[in-house]
Amino acid sequence: MKKIRTIAELGTLRAALERERESAKVWISVSNETCARANGSDKVIAALDEELRKQGLADQVRVKGTGCSGFCDRNPMVVVFPKEIAYQRVSPDDAAEIVGKTLIKGQVVERLLHHDGKGHAVQHEADLPFYRYQKRLVLRNHGRLDPTDITDYLASGGYTALSQALTMSSEQVIEEISRSGLRGRGGGGFLTGRKWKSCREAHGETKYVICNADEGDPGAYMDRSVLEGNPHSVIEGMIIGAYAIGARMGYVYVRAEYPLAVTNLVIALQQARDCGLLGENILGTGFNFDIRVNRGGGAFVCGESTALMASLEGRVGEPEVKHIHTAESGLWEKPTNLNNVETWANVPVIINKGADWFASIGTEKSKGTKIFSLVGKINNTGLVEVPMGTPLREIIYDIGGGIPHGKKFKAIQTGGPSGGCVPEELLDLPVDFDRLTEVGSMMGSGGMIVMDEGTCMVDVAKYFTGFLQDESCGKCVPCREGTAQMRQILSDICEGRGRPEDIDLLEELGHVVQDTSLCALGGTAANPMLSTLRHFRDEYEAHIFDHRCPAGVCTALIRYTIDVEKCNGCGVCAKQCPQNGVSGEKKQPHSIDQHLCIRCGICREVCRFEAILVN
Amino acid sequence: MPTLTIDGQQVTVPEKTNVIEAAKTLGIEIPHYCYHPGLSVAGNCRMCMVEIEKAPKLAIGCFTPCTEGMVVFTNTEKVKQARKDVLEFLLSNHPLDCPVCDQAGECWLQIYYMQHGQYESRMMENKIKKSKKATSIGPHVNLDQERCVLCGRCVRFCDEITKTHELGIFGRGNREELDVFPGKQLDNRYSGNVVDICPVGALTDRDFRFQVRVWYLGVQDSVCPGCSRGCNIQIHYNRNRPHHGHGRRVARLKPRYNSHVNQFWMCDEGRYGYKFVDAGDRIISPMLRRGAELQMATWGETLAASAERIRAVNPSQIGVIAWPQLTNEELYLVRRLFVDGLGCKNVSFSVPSKKDGGGDDFLITADKNPNTRGAGEIGLPIADSTGDILQAASRGEFKLLHIFGHDLLSSGLDQPLVESALAATETVIFQGSNSHLTVDRADIVLPSATFAEKSGSFTNFEGRVQRIHEAVPPLGDALPDWQILNRMARALEMGWDYQGTEHIFKELAENVAAFSGLSYCVLGDQGELLGYKPTNEAHIPTEPVTTVII
Repeated sequence: MKKIRTIAELGTLRAALERERESAKVWISVSNETCARANGSDKVIAALDEELRKQGLADQVRVKGTGCSGFCDRNPMVVVFPKEIAYQRVSPDDAAEIVGKTLIKGQVVERLLHHDGKGHAVQHEADLPFYRYQKRLVLRNHGRLDPTDITDYLASGGYTALSQALTMSSEQVIEEISRSGLRGRGGGGFLTGRKWKSCREAHGETKYVICNADEGDPGAYMDRSVLEGNPHSVIEGMIIGAYAIGARMGYVYVRAEYPLAVTNLVIALQQARDCGLLGENILGTGFNFDIRVNRGGGAFVCGESTALMASLEGRVGEPEVKHIHTAESGLWEKPTNLNNVETWANVPVIINKGADWFASIGTEKSKGTKIFSLVGKINNTGLVEVPMGTPLREIIYDIGGGIPHGKKFKAIQTGGPSGGCVPEELLDLPVDFDRLTEVGSMMGSGGMIVMDEGTCMVDVAKYFTGFLQDESCGKCVPCREGTAQMRQILSDICEGRGRPEDIDLLEELGHVVQDTSLCALGGTAANPMLSTLRHFRDEYEAHIFDHRCPAGVCTALIRYTIDVEKCNGCGVCAKQCPQNGVSGEKKQPHSIDQHLCIRCGICREVCRFEAILVN
Repeated sequence: MPTLTIDGQQVTVPEKTNVIEAAKTLGIEIPHYCYHPGLSVAGNCRMCMVEIEKAPKLAIGCFTPCTEGMVVFTNTEKVKQARKDVLEFLLSNHPLDCPVCDQAGECWLQIYYMQHGQYESRMMENKIKKSKKATSIGPHVNLDQERCVLCGRCVRFCDEITKTHELGIFGRGNREELDVFPGKQLDNRYSGNVVDICPVGALTDRDFRFQVRVWYLGVQDSVCPGCSRGCNIQIHYNRNRPHHGHGRRVARLKPRYNSHVNQFWMCDEGRYGYKFVDAGDRIISPMLRRGAELQMATWGETLAASAERIRAVNPSQIGVIAWPQLTNEELYLVRRLFVDGLGCKNVSFSVPSKKDGGGDDFLITADKNPNTRGAGEIGLPIADSTGDILQAASRGEFKLLHIFGHDLLSSGLDQPLVESALAATETVIFQGSNSHLTVDRADIVLPSATFAEKSGSFTNFEGRVQRIHEAVPPLGDALPDWQILNRMARALEMGWDYQGTEHIFKELAENVAAFSGLSYCVLGDQGELLGYKPTNEAHIPTEPVTTVII
């Protein structure tokens, strides 16, 4: 790629690329991110290429591996343009039919379409209920762009925001971001414009911008998806930010466990450098800036700003006490602006469409959209981008398609391990930074884990507390010892050793850890326990006082029995029981020997007559 | 200079003072583990929680700078509860092996538990087993990882003070362990300090371990005699427990805070250099040569013999080799007796050492004597160097040599010269504390006290005059050098008699210009520089006294 020397040159090139794209009307996108690859998207692409070659269409139709458009549950997704016919869960064997039927004959392959609950097939991607209720700003080009090809990004309006920003003064750029009301998407929710401003005004020649891509919440993968699917949007945001702040060096701190994100990012950075969008004298404006990638070892705590910077400097990734905000003294004690992946990716959108337009989306104090990773007991698992203030109910039922197997919704965990659980009665809560905090949870980086009636909330609290204990760096006492104590008590409750005083003790410990820990990891480590105690206290009490797990999850507190009315003596459970603990005459109701039973639940899974009872 | 209110008392402190230090000036102690005034702030123990008016959460005192009008409470119910809870966390994973822990009695877990804890533990105390227990990690320090509260003071000491980076905290969460880096030993020249700053029994002193329980120790302020820096120390001595520590009376030395000299620290050489005080080679009785043998004698006999021999010779035939291990007061008496009194012209004090003193850019100086500067200021040497005196002696010009302390036969002096000087001199008087080769050549031996057994003052290389105090009485019949000189002056009918070292110092200050204006009161416990200009105001020590351990 030739180096672009001026803003005008970039405009000319973009126009040329757009024309070129328009001429190639028919093309196929295959979502090719980590989750799709796990389902064989690589092979689907190869099969489609092969099929096109066979049918002599290889020169006319391009197959593009793109980012994931979010509907992860249905990957690999194949969309045939220009009609945007969306096929789901495509396998390599479907390639011939797609090429033969759709491309050549212009017919739809019915069986690969999405079928809604009423049995109607949905042809177009945009009509899928999963997408219909979303407002996709950051994810708008996921599923359209080849992340390894900068011309794709340029052709879809990429780097127009940068061209625009470079004609503005840095103060004007900051003013625009401030007016948009954008708040940090990593969880803190700090006003981005204000952060940039204080870094801009901080004393010192050398300044840094950092992209925090140390996404570590279990079940959350927004940042991974953005880096894998559209790395240039993050790079463009960072260049604009660096220009506004006066930084010449930027870092992306990304988990080494995100190999594809790292690969795509490194490719994108090199392409941007080759095009003159990074490096010396960017687009002839005299502005110099470059970005380096730093791979983190996967410690959850390294997402905390001071720990991240310590790790970047090559020191142990542990948080530090600081009087001075990192905007004034951060990386190598220089003024540093740290933003999350999604925050950076929002920047070009704001510059392109204007602060007023952006501020018109969302609620009074939370502007724009937010990406959530909707996982757990939900029909449509995937990445969801909605305007701030969208009620939880809409996200779960309209977009997520509700709970599988007709089970009852119980709670949704938001904000990752440090977040909290929101119960059914709060489902109409509009999701924004402040409202989630009010109910004892938090926005966090956007993880949403849906739980159904079969989920034990004490068990959930135990899991998340355990996660946080494992990830506690150990530097400060309350987090190091407190998380271990809370986990121990929660384990005891789950294993039937709960003591009557444990609930009060847990609450007390939780508040101590919250109030006295050094960093936000400890400061929020009690949230999973405290929020479940707040909303599901009865479940704790059932475990402790009645030695009963209402959800039938905690093995020490449950018994499997066989309903003699329903059991027809088929013997499947007896065959599958690893303990040989089920016995009975053929065609006669069986029974379980409680001494042998290890409560693995296999009998319940294999029984086709719902004859295995849990109590 | 912000003015703030702590627990209802107003105090004005310098800019950037933290709340712990500000409270300290009011005599309010805020408990803490990781904070140390000589190190950077880590803020990880969360023990020094205080309540600050209008602040939403408790704040850590170590990391909260004082600001104008700030209102701090250190003892509210909320604060007390937080301390209690943090202590409960700390102890829930602590081995509680106090009966066999050498730190018992000076352990800040114990101390704060008694002050702020006192609860029945409600925790499941599943202690984490760690790999190193009672393991030596260097020549002087033992590590017990299970007792460690991971405050990181020792790590910061090795990073920030010695910059040798031997220690690190490894692992995560409650599996974190303190350890030396692979292949490293904690063997820097200041390693003993990590034991002092360790608030618990994780780092213990290999030299002191299991010698004596700390509650049997007495404490006396003093100055290290190991080099010309004059680090302020405490002598910890065994009070009436002779069956402990193999009869060692001085159990250990600890650094004592002095902002002008050593801050909070001392070197290992000085720290472990006190063994000669209770060593087997101590001279515990005056001795006289009778025939080929040195035989025990009384002070009366030896002093009379000394006086007799001194009187019998012309002062120009006397050579005196004084000792920069003597105090200012004693060196003054050396001058008073030999120079002013007898009119000797040949008095030296310095003897070159065989090996290089190995000074560094922190505390250790190459001159291994605590009072070289003092000897010079008092007016020694007179005329000749030690080498010149020995030359003259070997030529038979001296009839009597009075040697203080020095082992000339193990020194850096030309050994044949020493041999011939000792052989050519009729009477050799040796006055010192420990026996060595030179003592064997003496005709009269006067046993003297060590630095731990006497009072007086040293002048360090920068000219700071600092006091030492008697921690234990002189061993056997030994006497402080000033007393020996005083008695000898009496025997020689010099017409003076001093009642104590303060008496001598008063006269020294009157007669030696450099010491003018100084007195024991002015010296206080932090010393004062030569050339001090007294004011009309009462003397107030310049620095608040800070205890060593915190």
